[in-house]
Amino acid sequence: MVDSIMRIQKLYKSFGALKATDDVSLDLRKGEIHALIGPNGAGKSTLISQIAGSLKPDSGQIFLDGEDITQLSVAARAVKGLGRCFQVSSLAMPLSVRRNVMIASQAITGSSFRFWKAVESDKALIAAADEAIDMVGLLDRADEPASYLSHGERRQLEVGCALALKPKLLLLDEPMAGLGAGGSERLTGLLESLKLDIPILLIEHDMDAVFRLADRISVLVYGQIVAQGTSHKIRHDPLVREAYLGSSDLDVTGEVYD
Amino acid sequence: MTLALTLEQLLNGIQFGIMLFLMASGLTLIFGVMGLINLAHGSLYMVGAFVCAYVTGITGSFWLGLLAGALGAAIMGVIVEVLVIRRLYQRDHLDQVLATFALILILSEGTALVFGSQPLWLDIPSVLKGSIELGSVVYPVYRILIIIVGVLVALGLYLLISRTRIGMKIRAGENDREMIGALGVNISVLYTFVFAVGAALAGLAGSLVGALQSVEVGMGEPVLILAFVVIVIGGIGSIKGALIGAMLVGIVDTLGRVLLPSFFQWFMEPSAAASVGSALASMLIYLLMAIILAIKPKGLFPAND
Amino acid sequence: MINSITSLNFTKNMSRESWVNLLLLVVIVSVPIIATLMDEVYYVNLSTRIIIIAMAAVGLNFALGFGGMVSFGHAAFFGLGGYVAGIAAFHAFEGTLFLGLIPTSDQMLLIWPVALLGAAMIALLIGAISLRTQGVYFIMITLAFAQMIYYFSISLTTYGGEDGLSIILRNNFAIGNSNNPLHFFALCFFALLMSLWLSHRMVGSRFGAALTMAKLNETRLATAGIEPYSIRLVAFVVSAMITAFAGALFADLNGFVDPSMLSWHRSGEIIVIVVLGGVGRLFGPIAGAIAFVLLETFLGGFTDRWQLFLGLVLLGVVLFARGGLIGLMTGNARHG
Repeated sequence: MVDSIMRIQKLYKSFGALKATDDVSLDLRKGEIHALIGPNGAGKSTLISQIAGSLKPDSGQIFLDGEDITQLSVAARAVKGLGRCFQVSSLAMPLSVRRNVMIASQAITGSSFRFWKAVESDKALIAAADEAIDMVGLLDRADEPASYLSHGERRQLEVGCALALKPKLLLLDEPMAGLGAGGSERLTGLLESLKLDIPILLIEHDMDAVFRLADRISVLVYGQIVAQGTSHKIRHDPLVREAYLGSSDLDVTGEVYD
Repeated sequence: MTLALTLEQLLNGIQFGIMLFLMASGLTLIFGVMGLINLAHGSLYMVGAFVCAYVTGITGSFWLGLLAGALGAAIMGVIVEVLVIRRLYQRDHLDQVLATFALILILSEGTALVFGSQPLWLDIPSVLKGSIELGSVVYPVYRILIIIVGVLVALGLYLLISRTRIGMKIRAGENDREMIGALGVNISVLYTFVFAVGAALAGLAGSLVGALQSVEVGMGEPVLILAFVVIVIGGIGSIKGALIGAMLVGIVDTLGRVLLPSFFQWFMEPSAAASVGSALASMLIYLLMAIILAIKPKGLFPAND
Repeated sequence: MINSITSLNFTKNMSRESWVNLLLLVVIVSVPIIATLMDEVYYVNLSTRIIIIAMAAVGLNFALGFGGMVSFGHAAFFGLGGYVAGIAAFHAFEGTLFLGLIPTSDQMLLIWPVALLGAAMIALLIGAISLRTQGVYFIMITLAFAQMIYYFSISLTTYGGEDGLSIILRNNFAIGNSNNPLHFFALCFFALLMSLWLSHRMVGSRFGAALTMAKLNETRLATAGIEPYSIRLVAFVVSAMITAFAGALFADLNGFVDPSMLSWHRSGEIIVIVVLGGVGRLFGPIAGAIAFVLLETFLGGFTDRWQLFLGLVLLGVVLFARGGLIGLMTGNARHG
């Protein structure tokens, strides 16, 4: 197999009669951004949940850097290097930017069952967190509560929290959602700069971002991967256009309306 | 234990279960529709019993008393809902627990202020005092009445929820609270209605049991805890779960109290067997709940699975 | 904001809370000293009662206030500590053996570790099962476990059953005379300070950071690589141990222990005390305990119906003053 950081093999998940995930296989390779696109209800969120560990598949396997992580919990996968960002920001609003990020740095630098030393004076921990915060350009806001941040800044913070894990890969669920043009630019630039070190699996509706960022694309419809290949190939695949957009013209600059 | 005795205890268990169902159905409805934990439900049970005893005392009619008990509890429910409960729907569970715990204190002490701390007199009407023969069992008429009332209530609830428009709104409300508001249903009125129905059922239960046991302040608290155990076992939000859970708890508890001391008498002297047996019987229901939750953390028939 | 719990630097916000805390401590220490000088033993014992109840609430506050776990069964640990002290004193006095096998002691320093260990083991068991549930199910299952232990204590006919157990001679502490009200007060006060200090350090540590995150956003904690379940379980056990310690002291204060120490009403009262004082505020339990015991003692002296007023006060706090007493006094009403 080519350099795969993550491999998903024959994943199945049903809810009663509904097949949310139907024989899905895909992999994420070193140095790439792999986008997952598909109409609403295609099962993208369900798939991401299974990869992240908050949902158990009915059958199939997930490998991270060659290791089978299918049975591991969310936290265990995070420690192994799986960074995840949510579609709806999952932050501790009353806490500062720094405190939100520090918890991830804490997880990878030793046990959390230390009861005495004050975290506020742990210079190494703070430095590690600040490194991640700096990567996403929020260092000047580090002491402010997350609730003070704009929507776009919160998305950046989410990425920062994931980066603090020094992850082997990033799982991003619609990071562009709700961002204006400026925010989108910034985040796209950030992701581009990351991909060489940290491959990214990206769910996205914003086709501009997808075609700009993605090296490879997988198309998910009704729980199945109906097309998978390089960005160029998928863009010009007539079947994909039809199945996904229901029209014959995939305008690169057009938004997808659901 | 003879067959007759076992059957009698089984009937007692069913009757106890029915009474628990009256409490639990209201609780689970309130939680299912409004998402509210209501610790004050036991107080509504008590209010019903007190009103029933009072009205029966001054009118001489137990039937009027029963009606008054259910109505009185419903009215108290409406008052409480409008003044306090409706501020809690958006709050977290801790706030709801605390506020309704505060209501328990207020209602209990308030009742003692009004009626004094001595129990009130409430007796079974003479027409219902006898027993009848059911096969080999001689069983009190009054307890049969309770069972019949319970079955009727269960039927009534079923019809209300599945066959009426209000029932439809209730079911919709259980699934998606925001949506029914958007559809033009007056949520305030619906919630008050549901709360009042729950209160009326509790008041009815209190009135019925008041004649069997005694009408005193704090009578609702042990019942409240058991009712919570019932809805947790049955699955919060599910009336079917409340019925099955109530039957399970009622029968297990009653039979346990009878059988366990007898069981321990095989290898202990009677007084020790009685105390160990009854202690274990009291613990039995909670043990049952813990086991069920260990296997099915949301109860047997959770409403939203 | 949360930072302010862990450091005593004098930012504008923090200064007020520190001063309030200091004031509470000064009041609670001066009263028994003055009372002793005036030969009013009653007020010394009253202060001790406040201290012990505050400590029970400190324990719960750790799980509930800092960890977000609404345990409706903490009275079980309170009673457990009480019964360990009571049973130990009973056997030591009678000269008999516990379970016919084990000699007990009337030395507090030997009794307390047993109480703490016992509470830890039971809390581990209860927590391991209960923490698999969430929300209202968690509240109910902690209540259920406490009820089980309550009924179990009623069945202990050897130790008084429903009527409870008297402690004829208060247990002894290595320093001073435990029968001297002021000495005993000092002992309990020291225990309270220790539990506050422990709480404070733990909340400020890595563990505390994880616990705080478990309370604020469990998903973020797990996604950051830490198992919420393990963190919560340890917090639950620590909280139980503190409350049990308070229970052991309570038994010795009153010379009596009975099943009512384990009732769900008592569990509710401990929650009320935490909330009255301010959920998640370090000194909240002290403010809450002072308010509660004063209401109980002085209002209760006027009328048996004093809990009506407790109910009204509680309702008022929940609906309108969400930061509790400390929130009111420091001018920032925030809910935990």
